[in-house]
Amino acid sequence: MRGGTDGPTDEHWVDPEIIRPYVVTRGRTQPAHGRFDLISMALAVGPPPGPDAGLDPEHLRILQLCREPKSVAEIAAYLDLPAGTIRVLLGDLFDRELVSAQEPQSEVDMHDMKMYRAVLDGLRSL
Amino acid sequence: MVFARSERPRLPTAIKILVAGGFGAGKTTMVGAVSETRPLRTEEVLTDRGIGVDDLTSVEAKRTTTVAMDFGRITLGNDYVLYLFGTPGQERFWFVWDELAEGSLGAVILADTRRLADCFPSVDYFERRGTPFVVAVNCFEGAPTFELEEVRLALQLSPSIPIIMCDARKRESSREVLITLVKHSARLRAEPVGS
Ligand SMILES: Nc1nc2c(ncn2[C@@H]2O[C@H](COP(=O)(O)OP(=O)(O)OP(=O)(O)O)[C@@H](O)[C@H]2O)c(=O)[nH]1
Ligand SMILES: [Mg+2]
Repeated sequence: MRGGTDGPTDEHWVDPEIIRPYVVTRGRTQPAHGRFDLISMALAVGPPPGPDAGLDPEHLRILQLCREPKSVAEIAAYLDLPAGTIRVLLGDLFDRELVSAQEPQSEVDMHDMKMYRAVLDGLRSL
Repeated sequence: MVFARSERPRLPTAIKILVAGGFGAGKTTMVGAVSETRPLRTEEVLTDRGIGVDDLTSVEAKRTTTVAMDFGRITLGNDYVLYLFGTPGQERFWFVWDELAEGSLGAVILADTRRLADCFPSVDYFERRGTPFVVAVNCFEGAPTFELEEVRLALQLSPSIPIIMCDARKRESSREVLITLVKHSARLRAEPVGS
């Protein structure tokens, strides 16, 4: 891939599409909080932040999307950014108590018959 | 772990199902057929972070690989959201699957009768991992037709693994495949509710 691991100083040769995720997160690759996986759900909470909240346009787009619960994967798809970037941005929003989020893996109990029933009922009524 | 608990509406619980199979087996088609939106696409940039600890993968771990996945969403009432992930079929991406398969309800393996052998790696993978799976035989026009039991033999599937015909383009048919998987997974993993 162009602009891979070599020559990060030679900016002219780096595809902007590859840089964008790093610009958006200012080079951060890990969220400040939590380990959001692809299906971690996020929901915007609280009053919408004012213009002086120091948020980037991407943060605001996430808040807008998350008026209804959305997964990391969905947010990434709609914002056209890698999932890793979304994790970082969600971490920022979570820190400011602008989103409520949960990690699914501990949340879903794969031995829970109630869960299977609910999924089956849901699928049957599609 | 729940990060924030408040008076606000509860977040639905997210569940994932993987749709696997060889190149062109109909994975994206199936995801699109049952999902509430057209298939979405996300990219996961993978580095050493998500990769296993054994020696084989640690060579891989030095690199960064971008893997694209198709997925769709099915909202099931207020409490559950089901995500279907069409998993990249190329073998060099198998390490990605661990992260995806972790915590999944199970997998659908799409078998294309024109290239049955293409789904061997998926069958092996989910068997080894102990992930519940079903095999859906996708019937393409002009493809050789097999009896399901012939496919079972060819894939060396144990009798307990459900195998069904499907047309990945049809919502009804794809839904039936998912129902078969959910029932199978429940049989394997759910503890009967008391009384
Ligand atoms: N006749 C027939 N065609 C199908 C069926 N399912 C998929 N197709 C077609 O087969 C082609 C490949 O389907 P995809 O859904 O893109 O397959 P895929 O597994 O996502 O392919 P890759 O992601 O490239 O590995 C498309 O042109 C589909 O329209 C089916 O059940 N019957
Ligand atoms: Mg595909």
